[in-house]
Amino acid sequence: MGNAEHTAHDHSHDHGHAHHHEESWVSKYIFSQDHKMISKQFLITAIVMGVIAVMLSLFFRLQLGWPGEKFQILNFFLGDKWAPDGLLDKNAYLAMVTIHGTIMVFFVLTGGLSGTFANLLIPLQVGARDMASGFLNMLSYWFFLLSSIIMVASLFVEGGAASGGWTIYPPLSALPQAMPGSGTGMTLWLISMVFFIASSLLGGLNYIVTIINLRTKGMKMTRLPLTMWALFVTAILGVLSFPVLVSAAVLLLMDRSFGTAFYLSDIFIQGEALDVTGGSPLLFQHLFWFLGHPEVYIVLLPALGISSEVISTNSRKPIFGYKAMVGSILAIGFLSFIVWGHHMYITGMNPFLGSVFVFTTLLIAIPSAVKAFNYITTLYQGNIRFTPAMLFSIGLVSTFVTGGLTGIILADSALDVNVHDTYFVVAHFHIVMGMSAIFGMLAGIYHWFPKMYGRMMNTKLGYVHFWFTLVCGFGVFFPMHFVGMAGAPRRYYDYSEFPFLDWVMDLNPIISGFAIVGGAAQLLFLFNFFHSMKYGQVATQNPWGSNTLEWTTPVKHIHGNWPGAIPEVHRWAYDYSNPDHEEDFVPQVVPLKPGEHAH
Amino acid sequence: MKLLIILVIVLAIIAVVQLTKVYEFTRALRKSKEEDISPADNKLNANLMIVWMLVFFIGTLYLYGRYGDYLPEPASEHGKDVDWLMSVNIWMITVMFFIMNAMLFVVAWKYQYKKDRKARFFAHDNRLEMIWTLIPGVAMAFIIVFGLITWNKITGPASKDAMQVELYSKQFGWIARYPGADGEFGAANYNLISSKNEMGLVSKELIAAKMEELDADIEGLKKQLEENEKLPVMPESYVETLQDKIYRLERHKQRILDLGEFKEPSGKSSWETGADDNIVKGEMHIPVGKEVEFVFRSQDVIHSAYMPHFRAQMNTVPGVPTRFKMTPTITTKEMRGKLGDNEFDYILLCNKVCGNAHFNMQMKIVVESEEEYLAWMEKQKTFAGEPATEAAPTEGTEAPADTTKNAMMPAAQASLKTTR
Repeated sequence: MGNAEHTAHDHSHDHGHAHHHEESWVSKYIFSQDHKMISKQFLITAIVMGVIAVMLSLFFRLQLGWPGEKFQILNFFLGDKWAPDGLLDKNAYLAMVTIHGTIMVFFVLTGGLSGTFANLLIPLQVGARDMASGFLNMLSYWFFLLSSIIMVASLFVEGGAASGGWTIYPPLSALPQAMPGSGTGMTLWLISMVFFIASSLLGGLNYIVTIINLRTKGMKMTRLPLTMWALFVTAILGVLSFPVLVSAAVLLLMDRSFGTAFYLSDIFIQGEALDVTGGSPLLFQHLFWFLGHPEVYIVLLPALGISSEVISTNSRKPIFGYKAMVGSILAIGFLSFIVWGHHMYITGMNPFLGSVFVFTTLLIAIPSAVKAFNYITTLYQGNIRFTPAMLFSIGLVSTFVTGGLTGIILADSALDVNVHDTYFVVAHFHIVMGMSAIFGMLAGIYHWFPKMYGRMMNTKLGYVHFWFTLVCGFGVFFPMHFVGMAGAPRRYYDYSEFPFLDWVMDLNPIISGFAIVGGAAQLLFLFNFFHSMKYGQVATQNPWGSNTLEWTTPVKHIHGNWPGAIPEVHRWAYDYSNPDHEEDFVPQVVPLKPGEHAH
Repeated sequence: MKLLIILVIVLAIIAVVQLTKVYEFTRALRKSKEEDISPADNKLNANLMIVWMLVFFIGTLYLYGRYGDYLPEPASEHGKDVDWLMSVNIWMITVMFFIMNAMLFVVAWKYQYKKDRKARFFAHDNRLEMIWTLIPGVAMAFIIVFGLITWNKITGPASKDAMQVELYSKQFGWIARYPGADGEFGAANYNLISSKNEMGLVSKELIAAKMEELDADIEGLKKQLEENEKLPVMPESYVETLQDKIYRLERHKQRILDLGEFKEPSGKSSWETGADDNIVKGEMHIPVGKEVEFVFRSQDVIHSAYMPHFRAQMNTVPGVPTRFKMTPTITTKEMRGKLGDNEFDYILLCNKVCGNAHFNMQMKIVVESEEEYLAWMEKQKTFAGEPATEAAPTEGTEAPADTTKNAMMPAAQASLKTTR
């Protein structure tokens, strides 16, 4: 610690390595306060959670692809209670759907993505010895781990895990009588979320403070790499919106346990008229989506930041329209707070309010389109090196565009009436948010693996992994648009009761097939990741020929990041193929030549 | 079986390990590094971009061809507007989808690494950026304007002569209620729900019956407690549970005593207008060409009334009544003819997860001519138990086929017009 006393201008104050001391194994690997180690802890936890979430999705995809079939493998994993004879139980199905969504959105793509890359990159890219508060940073990870453990544990309680969908709308989630999953499982879900939010807030405040206060000399805000801008705005979104979810969760806990009626009114269930009047289920939806929509961008923005960096580096070209990119990140961040109502067009919310949300929601298309065009123009006339990270970033642009376009239909309230809560929605958000964010995360892992572990990941396996993931990802989610437009609701256990859907249901086995192959392809990644950690080729200091500051630190991690003084920054992060220079990259630490203008 | 699965996984892992070893040896022999992407690899991936693009586009076109007619033509008036808007939007986003993806993959392929080329230092261009800010801006403006025009049509107030049907949702089924001979829905309250009164309708008799039921329950519980006092056998916690139950039942009684009457527009008490309401389960009938306003209520949790063939959907929220209006334009029979499917039925689905049988919470919707509708309605019993015709204020009138002569308003016809 003591890092907080670093200001943006004391770069020459050689402090970080002044009091090196041998750390014990525990303080180095377990209760570490070093941002690089914390970032690895986040990543490994997120990978474990990701494996669980993917497995859950494969379990329910088996039921959806071949409804009523018995799969011994389900019985093997889930036991006799949830998959008697290999047939997935109806309540278990809903629990899997719910926990899959929860883990993916919060634990993998919020905690995992931001936690890993904000921790790794913020101090390294702004030129700081560590985070503003190493201790809070450590707490952030341990709250995250605690909440992960509680969430996974909730799968094993009597009655099963929470089953009302990841959006946990009351009264379904408020009344244990309504479904088995609304008992202990739901209580654990809420407790886990409270810890998760605590973790997210501790992390977010730290990220914001570090970026504002601990930039090295010369690192103006306008010279920050786009990863920094993305993570900065993400952290602000999180700090402003997560507290609202805490209040929603606490009110729900009170409705569940202390007899209040914030969200409940006029309910008769299981033979009893409950003593509740005057609450409104819509209140919960407003509170939930006030977080829920910024959350989409909390997931997406870091991925966009990572891909900006990777695409620019591997095209050997400056990112096109740096200012416009920063501007769109800020615009998306701002707009994300005034669009939550588009999740509620047909919930009984006043239709006029709906019209306002149509307007604000469709505005987001503009900064998003700017980003997409700028990515493509960055590639244009570049000299592209297809590293695995680059492939995933290009894949991200494709998913971002493809999934973003269907958002136009969902944002339009008149059209939303007929596709709301159908598979069309599932297709939309899995492509634009799920696939894009996962691609961004994988791109980040392939790109910064040498920085994290000092070794390279295997490129060939990376290629195979990418192409399988891209093809299977679209193979799973693209056909879902058509299933949804034909009128198939989401979260159904079985569609055979509805003959009018029979003709699209032949897509379901195909979707499940792609899901299984795509899931299996992730084993390649896992193998590559863990194998390379130990046996990968030893990395050089700047393997990708990149401009940003993190590649000026030694390959072997040291506490305080730079052995000597923190380097001074003289230029922006995107001087690739600058005609004034011989090399096709000019790191930020290289002083301007006489007569050269800073960009 | 389990053994086989494990065996396959183990073999796959071994295969991968061996392959990477071979790869690493060859790498070491050639002295190349992981970060040096070989020209062959680079070219391969660039070409795969084009291959993937073609596969992606052909696949998309195939899906459009095979599944593009996602639903039969809309069977409601506003449905036509919705479908028109949908097709405009789909065309637009499809064109953009092809353009953007083609640009992305072709550019990626074309500017693949060449040893002797240096990328162009092209950092920004205000004119270009202005263009692609404005184009989506203009497109969005169009979408917003047309979208909101349709939205206002859909959600505007129902016309004065629209009929009303109440749709009531509960785990896991739908109940429909028609206002009956007097054209007025009777008051309903969740405190009065019982096995005989599923929708909780209110009348003096129903209140008395429910109070009796609650008194009997309280009596029974008190007796148990008294016996326990003579000979204590119950654990303390169970005694507390019973006392709590009695307290809750007393509260329930109090809530019923607090119920108030109010006057309907016709001047009758809201407690008296329910007796002639028609309550229907299993299937709901509505006449073609007549605007119908659905009023939604929910008993327990949030459900969603989704009628895809009419492009209609609205959530049903406990404690918060919601509405949706539509005018059906195609009868079930006509639609069967058009689809060449004699089994076809319009359907009402639940589209908000509501519990484990959520996936099978449905009700058949029958759209028919007004005559057929009236004939069906006459056969329905009123809540008080009489057939609809007998509850009519005028005696013995058969519902005339000619609907213009409805001065006397027989019960079935009354359901076409709701007094408000």
